[in-house]
Parts: sequence; C-alpha cells; structure tokens
Amino acid sequence: MDATILMLLLQDGVVNGAIYALIALSLVLVFTVTRVILIPQGEFVAFGALTLAAFEAGTVPGTVPLLLALGAAACAADLVEARHALDARRILRIALRDLVLPGAVAALAYALGPGKPTLALGIALTLAIVTPMGAYLHSIAFRPLEKASVLVLLVAAVGVHLALTGLGLVFFGAEGSRTPPLSDAMLPAGPLSVSGQSLWMIGLTLAIIVALWAFFGLTLLGKALMATAVNRLGARLMGIGPGMAGRLSFSVAAFIGALSGVLVAPLTTIYYDTGFLIGLKGFVAAIIGGLASYPAAAAAAVLVGIIESVAAFEASAFKEVIVFMAIIPVLLWRSARADPVEDEE
Amino acid sequence: MSRLFEAQDVTVAYGKIEAVRGVSLAVEPGRVVTVLGANGAGKTTLLNALMGVLPARGAIRFDGRDLARLPVEERVAAGLSLIPERRELFATMSVEDNLRLGAFRFRGRPQEGGSLEAMFALFPRLKERRRQLAGTLSGGERQMLAMARALMGRPRLLMLDEPSLGLAPLIVAEVMRTVADLRGQGVAVLLVEQNARAALQVADYGYVMDGGSVVLEGESRALQADKRVVETYLGVLAADTEPARGVG
Repeated sequence: MDATILMLLLQDGVVNGAIYALIALSLVLVFTVTRVILIPQGEFVAFGALTLAAFEAGTVPGTVPLLLALGAAACAADLVEARHALDARRILRIALRDLVLPGAVAALAYALGPGKPTLALGIALTLAIVTPMGAYLHSIAFRPLEKASVLVLLVAAVGVHLALTGLGLVFFGAEGSRTPPLSDAMLPAGPLSVSGQSLWMIGLTLAIIVALWAFFGLTLLGKALMATAVNRLGARLMGIGPGMAGRLSFSVAAFIGALSGVLVAPLTTIYYDTGFLIGLKGFVAAIIGGLASYPAAAAAAVLVGIIESVAAFEASAFKEVIVFMAIIPVLLWRSARADPVEDEE
Repeated sequence: MSRLFEAQDVTVAYGKIEAVRGVSLAVEPGRVVTVLGANGAGKTTLLNALMGVLPARGAIRFDGRDLARLPVEERVAAGLSLIPERRELFATMSVEDNLRLGAFRFRGRPQEGGSLEAMFALFPRLKERRRQLAGTLSGGERQMLAMARALMGRPRLLMLDEPSLGLAPLIVAEVMRTVADLRGQGVAVLLVEQNARAALQVADYGYVMDGGSVVLEGESRALQADKRVVETYLGVLAADTEPARGVG
C-alpha cells in the first residue's frame, strides 16, 4: 500500500464514516431518551434511498401507502393511550398528526410522483414520507412498552426491524436501486480527486451535527429531550411526557436515517435489506461511544468507516468480519474501566 | 371553603402489601397542609400516588376534575406539582436550564409561566449559580433549585416530600419560610415531613399517618397540643435535631 492508496482509502473511509456517524448519533439520541436500541434505524436508511429511487423512476413509492397505514395504526394506539384524558382538542391534535399529515404528504406524492419530480423535490418528499414513520412506530410498538426493561425494548426493536424489512420487500421488491449523485463535480486535490457527492455527504453530516447541537443547546424542546435522558422521573414531573419525548426522538432518528439513505444511494446499490448492515456499523460506533456520548459516537463512526475501507482493500472477503470484530476490544476495554453498566436507569 | 384538592379512600399496594390504606385528605387554596408520620408510615408512597407516579385505587379530585387515572404529565398540566424526596434535578444540566424546564408546560406562551427573575429574587443563591451544573450544588441549594423549578410551572397545588431532609437547621427555616410565603400567593401546599416541629409551625392543618393509615387529623395548633403527637413525634424529634444532623 503506498501513500496515494492510503489517502484514497482514508478519503473513502471518512465519507462512509459520515453516514455511520449520522446513524450512530440517532442511535445515541433514541437510546438516551427512550432506552430503545433502535435496530430499525437501518430501515429508515433503506426506505429513504428506495423512496427517492422510486421518485427518480417516475413512480409513487410503496412507502406512501405504508405511511398511511402506519399513521392510522398510530392514531388508534394514541387514542387508546390517551383514553382517560380525551377531549376535543386532544382528539383533533392526534387526528392532525396521525391522519391529516400523512394524508397531505400522500396526496403530494400521488400528485407529483408520476411526473418525475426534480431531485430536490424528490428528496423533500422522501424526507416528508419517512420522518413521520419514526413517530408512528414509537406510538405503535414502543409507547405501550414504556415501563418494560431495556431487553424487552430491544426484542421489540428487533421485531419492528424484521417487520419493516419484510414490508420493504413487499413494497420495493428484491431488486436494488441507485439514485443519481447530488453533484457530478470532481475537484482535484493533490493526487486525489474529491467528488461533489462526498463533499455533500460530509457537509450535510456536519450540518446535522451543528443542528443537533443547536437543538439541544438552544431550544426548550431539545432541552426537554435531554432532561428526559438525564432524569426520566424529573422530566415527567415537569410535564415532559415520555410519549412526546419518544415521538420526537424517533422522528429525528427517522429524518436522519432517511437523509443518510438519500446520501448513500448514489454510492452503492440499496436493496430492501441493505439498511441493516449500514445500521449495524452505526451501532458499532454508538457502542464505542457507550451509547451515551455524541462526540465519541461520531468520532468512532469515522474510525469504523476507515477500518472498513482499509479492510476492504487488504482483505475484502473479511471486510465485515474485521469491522464487527473491532467492537470486541472496545467492549473489553469499556467493561474493564467503567463502573458496572447500568442496565436500567 | 371550597376544596381545591381532595383524595378519597386512596390505597396503594406493592404486590400484596398495602403501603397506604384508605387515606382521605383535602387541601384548600392558600392553605398549607402537612402529613406527619414516622419513617415507613406511607407518606412518600401517598404523595407519589397523588401525583400519579405510583398506581393507586380511590378518588383523586382537583378543581372538580377526576385525576385518578391520568398520567403524571396530565396532572402537571392540571396544576399539580411534586418535589420528590430525591429532588430529581437534571444533574448534568445548568441551574438555569433546570429552571427553564420547570416552565415546560407553558412552552409557546412563556409569559404565563414563572420568570427566572422572580426565582432569583426568591433564591439569590441560584442566581450566583445559574451557569453551574445542578449536580454540583450543595444539599440546601439543590432543595432551593427543586422548589424554584417547581414554582416555574406555576402549580396550584405544590406537594413537597421531606424538604428538610439532610439540610442544616438554618436552611430548613428558609425552606419553611418559602412554603409559608406560598400561602399568600394562593398556592395550596401539601407538605410531607418527618420534622414534625417545623412542619406544624408552618402548616394550617395536619394529618398524622401510621402504618399506612391516617390515625389523627386536626388544625396544627390542636395537633401541637395533642398529647400523642407531642410524645410520639415532637418528643422524638427534639432529641433528633441535635447538631450532628445538619449536612447543609
């Protein structure tokens, strides 16, 4: 391996690492707020990529009817959840959130989808379709388990992952898709050339990190999420409901997942089940960060990306093995130096 | 007088063990009501049940509305607030952020919630510490922050669980003064205390719990003179308030 190849691999690793960083940040967010290890995060990535690909092909993506169905199910779950405090205002709010919003998004998708929308419009529609799914999945699958242990929530997350993968196969079929890059530009940088697409990926990742920082640091809603992560009972006593906190954090995760899908779709062919592997690598990074630290998770994600690209060059058959093996020394190190891991809060 | 808050026949069970048995109590606006009792009498369990932290049987009415089946955050929205024994502050967040989150239920209409300035006027120490993390505060400052955070939510009924626990006598006096001042603002207070002497000085009315049930109730003055109360609670506490106790 000479220096040029190493540079190339590093560049590749950082670009992939940016995607893993986005995934890892979502996982940390969702885990600290809801104690759910969000295995289905990868499905948001795949849904984002495949939804955009369907728009590019001039069709209405299968995620649109899925969004309507999830919204209706979430509406039922939310009504049951709030049954002791139902008044007109609350019913209206639930209906707006779970029925009217997905209805409006679906109407737009049906109106604009067949006419092959521009790339920017397709991306906007994709994000609008996938983001609310996070909140709906929380209402359907996780809100009723609010008092359950981390392990039970994990099993539920695996269940949601399997269900979404199956639905992905139904709606998108077994064929993979790719989308055009956000930018065709190629910028020379010494012996290398940097593609516009990778600049977009790194730039948007940094933008998301800044946006998350501003959300937690500057807005009351962001602080409410952080408060829920710090002290669940204290947050409830301030009127910060776990349902609201869960829906919000799941929506942010779904948004980031869909955006990651949009970013990664031009680089690699995405199948209905590709998300899982991407999500798992983000998970490795999140674990290295202890599922608690955002900066550590983001840094670890870049490291995972670099390990992956170097491994792919040196021993491509063992690429995934090497990436996932990297977690073992980290776990040993963490368990050796950390206080006993707090399983429950 | 109209009853702002009323609990009837409240029972809380941990499995088969009933920690609170058929307790009924009422709090009127602008009044301080205390619940006394020894360790393990069921006082904390009762408060947690009234707030919805623990499931309970029985009726809980607030301002004519039945709260018994509502979750904690709905009770907060109705105007109830609980300062638990462990305070439950946001330890890794700043004092100021803790306070701002106290007014979370007024998000979008912050002028209706409490103001930081008012809290800093009430507890000047918090103003000095406003950028500090809540977890770095002393015990007395934590209790002040817990009270200020609760007041930011403009509760109509404030429930305090052992606010004097682990505090130096001077700080206990300050906490009790603040509780008494709430009366003037029309806030109803339900005060659970082991420090019966301090609690009866500030309260208008009191209930005495033993073994999960209310065994005695009456105006504070009557309770202070009651032979059983003096022997069981005031007597014990007289020995208990020796200097070694204060932690501050």
